[in-house]
Amino acid sequence: MQKTYYDPKDLKDFGKISEWDQELGEKFFEYYGKVFEEGALTAREKSLIALAVSHTVQCAYCIDAYTSDGLKRGLEREEMMEAVHVAAAIKSGATLVHGVQMMKKYDKLSM
Amino acid sequence: MKSLAKRKNSLANPKNQIALFNGGVFANGELPTFKNKVTESNQYPLKPNKLEIFQVNLGYMCNQVCTHCHVDAGPDRKEIMTTETMQLCLDKLKESGATTLDLTGGAPEMNPNFRWFVEEASKIGVQDFIVRSNLTILRANKKYYDLPEFFKKHNVHVVSSLPFYKKGKTDKQRGDGVFDASIEALKELNKVGYGIEGTGLKLDLVFNPAGAFLPGNQNELEREFKSALKEDFDITFNNLFCITNLPISRFLEFLVASENYEDYMDELVDAYNPEAVKNVMCKNTISVDWNGYLYDCDFNQQLDLKVATQGKHLSDFNIDDLNNRQIVVSQHCYGCTAGAGSSCQGTISN
Ligand code: SF4
Ligand code: SF4
Repeated sequence: MQKTYYDPKDLKDFGKISEWDQELGEKFFEYYGKVFEEGALTAREKSLIALAVSHTVQCAYCIDAYTSDGLKRGLEREEMMEAVHVAAAIKSGATLVHGVQMMKKYDKLSM
Repeated sequence: MKSLAKRKNSLANPKNQIALFNGGVFANGELPTFKNKVTESNQYPLKPNKLEIFQVNLGYMCNQVCTHCHVDAGPDRKEIMTTETMQLCLDKLKESGATTLDLTGGAPEMNPNFRWFVEEASKIGVQDFIVRSNLTILRANKKYYDLPEFFKKHNVHVVSSLPFYKKGKTDKQRGDGVFDASIEALKELNKVGYGIEGTGLKLDLVFNPAGAFLPGNQNELEREFKSALKEDFDITFNNLFCITNLPISRFLEFLVASENYEDYMDELVDAYNPEAVKNVMCKNTISVDWNGYLYDCDFNQQLDLKVATQGKHLSDFNIDDLNNRQIVVSQHCYGCTAGAGSSCQGTISN
């Protein structure tokens, strides 16, 4: 039994998900592939968004994959770090904005 | 930075590079050898098709010392082709029926007999006469300033390396000041008509990744290079070729030192594309070194893997033997067959 929850090699085996449910697995990968095709957004822009989201969902596999993908697309480290800060700002903002709820509830209950 | 040869690094000896390919993950079966992989896809042994490209390496001297260089070139390398060998090249080129002459190095322009060779070669009338120029050499010294005009006069097709359209990544891979000098050189080439529509003077750029990863999509990168160079510097060019870094020489040194070697080889093996095997450049190329020896490609040249024919030198050039030879392969070949494939003309399969 492996001693850690994450094994970088698992990323390479992602496709095997379809082995236990071919239909849903294939549908997922088809959808995934389509999403990242060039559309109104360039593939490069999508890669940056994916990198940022990877950080907010804190998925080690995705961070690995989209850091490499960014390098391949020629993304600069400044662009990548700014994207991560956007993600971090939204995530911390989302935490903080709930403070308003706390304040209101606090005020309401307090005499 | 100095060349591996100058630093007496063990990887300066091609035998040690081959030993690395034959050991570790390839010896313990974790990764399949290139030979086994090609055998699996029923493509072994690799045999050449019709010879089209005669690629001549004029020597390993270069004004740059790029960290990824597969030639281990630099100012401290003194291997330079003589005029006698150049003459032999010209004779055998005619005999071979090749339609492309491709001059490379090092910086081929630094060979003192470079101009003589270009003048003589242009008289042969090959369809495509390529000079691989690193760009900065065109601005390195006044004696090179007229090279764009000289290239134009001999209808040379210029293929130049520019790692990126921004300064940071370029200078990191190739050295400080490389980006600015390259931009200046590109402007000079544009000025005489290179890369300008309607002139027929071709200027292609070569991109290779600045690190242990594969190049992205060639078409997308070409679009980005074109718009960025146009917008920022008013520079135009014809095509962008994406070339995968093969795990040899200084790039291999980087892979080993940064502990990326196994992961990189794993990535190359993982991206193995049997379609690309059909068009690897050794199928239509013969590579000649500064000393007149023959190889399946410039990478094999750097690994001292000479052609598997009886005659291994220009002086015993035998086109029938060469056409029937078996191509010499090792694990570095995975670099040519990964993803969309890679050759001196960029990707090789869609
Ligand atoms: S990569 Fe090209 S420009 Fe750089 S050192 Fe090697 S031969 Fe010279
Ligand atoms: S490295 Fe040379 S011999 Fe190997 S596949 Fe590439 S071109 Fe052919």
